[in-house]
Amino acid sequence: MIDFNDDRPIFIQIAEGIEDAILSGAFPEESQIPSITEFSVNYRINPATALKGITMLVDSGIVYKKRGLGMFVSKGAVEKLKNSRKEQFYDHYIKNMLEEAKRLQLTREDIILMIERGFIK
Amino acid sequence: MSIEIKNLSKNYKSVQALDDVSIRFEENKIYGLLGRNGAGKTTLLNIITNRIFADRGEVFIDDIPSKENDQALQKVYLMSEKNFYPDKMKIKDIFRWTGEFYGKFDMESAMNMAEKFELSTNKVVKGLSTGYTSIFKVIIALSVNTPYVLLDEPVLGLDANHRDLFYKLLIEKYSEKPSTIIVSTHLIEEVSNVIENVVVIKKGKIIKDETREELLTAGYTISGSASLVDQYILGKSVIGLDVLGGLKSAYILGELEKDKLPEGLEVSRMDLQKLFIQMTNA
Repeated sequence: MIDFNDDRPIFIQIAEGIEDAILSGAFPEESQIPSITEFSVNYRINPATALKGITMLVDSGIVYKKRGLGMFVSKGAVEKLKNSRKEQFYDHYIKNMLEEAKRLQLTREDIILMIERGFIK
Repeated sequence: MSIEIKNLSKNYKSVQALDDVSIRFEENKIYGLLGRNGAGKTTLLNIITNRIFADRGEVFIDDIPSKENDQALQKVYLMSEKNFYPDKMKIKDIFRWTGEFYGKFDMESAMNMAEKFELSTNKVVKGLSTGYTSIFKVIIALSVNTPYVLLDEPVLGLDANHRDLFYKLLIEKYSEKPSTIIVSTHLIEEVSNVIENVVVIKKGKIIKDETREELLTAGYTISGSASLVDQYILGKSVIGLDVLGGLKSAYILGELEKDKLPEGLEVSRMDLQKLFIQMTNA
């Protein structure tokens, strides 16, 4: 479920929500994903917005269109997503974490200790 | 295929309700017609549907002038805030009557929607609450199957569940059978994700006519300590400011240069509601 709480464009959040579902196995490779209409009705968004989000995934090869049938998850999509998400990991998570750490005046050692604590749990 | 409005002006005594308005509503798009109370939204919708006359200017529906032209007017349905139905008429009779004027009215779908909203169609207009008065008119608008549907404050008096049901049915209808839909409202946040184009009207003039995405990416919001914000906004196109103690937010038009952003300032995306308030403040 996507909650649209962050302030990025809705079509990007739709694309990311589908990616999350593919990564979690909710939409397995070679399975059909919901239609544009289902997405737009379910999330109360303009169909053009849903289309834009799904088009993004088609362009990056994560999903593909079977004529007359609908949209399907590409073979190899999980691996592809993992790789691109790994690349974004630094920008999306580490950078933000360090910014917040700076505001809180946490030291480098503090942060490393916390990360290690996270692994122990 | 479009509704094209050319140089419309309308005065009510000393008040200029519309001031040389020209705009095109294109085929199969959902528009948000946004404006404060008294901005001219209802006047514009009423002129399009020939309920009142303009002092100057013309409306073309699929290239045909709409003034006193039934053939053109049959393509447009206006759900208005005002109630033009006889008090003692039953809802199901109003449905039937609408079907006689608009040949493609879908009675089955109207009855289905009435059930979903738990509207008893045996009731008369007078017996309905404010919310249900909006609901029966919304049902007609979503069942009438005209190429142009104009909704003037459609969710007036509806509770949160019914508003949500309305947006759901609207998108279902639009997905299944696209039409041009113009939603006039001042409840911007709710309609924001549903619309594709935004038209903002202020004091009888159209001040914005863009896609929602264009409008939201035309600027950004920056917030932080007042002194940092003041420094940052020098020379930038600022459309509004919010101050809360020592914290200041600025709404800025233009592209954000991320690498030039000083530390301590937070950026967020323009929000339609905030943008609207800033644009339409006196």
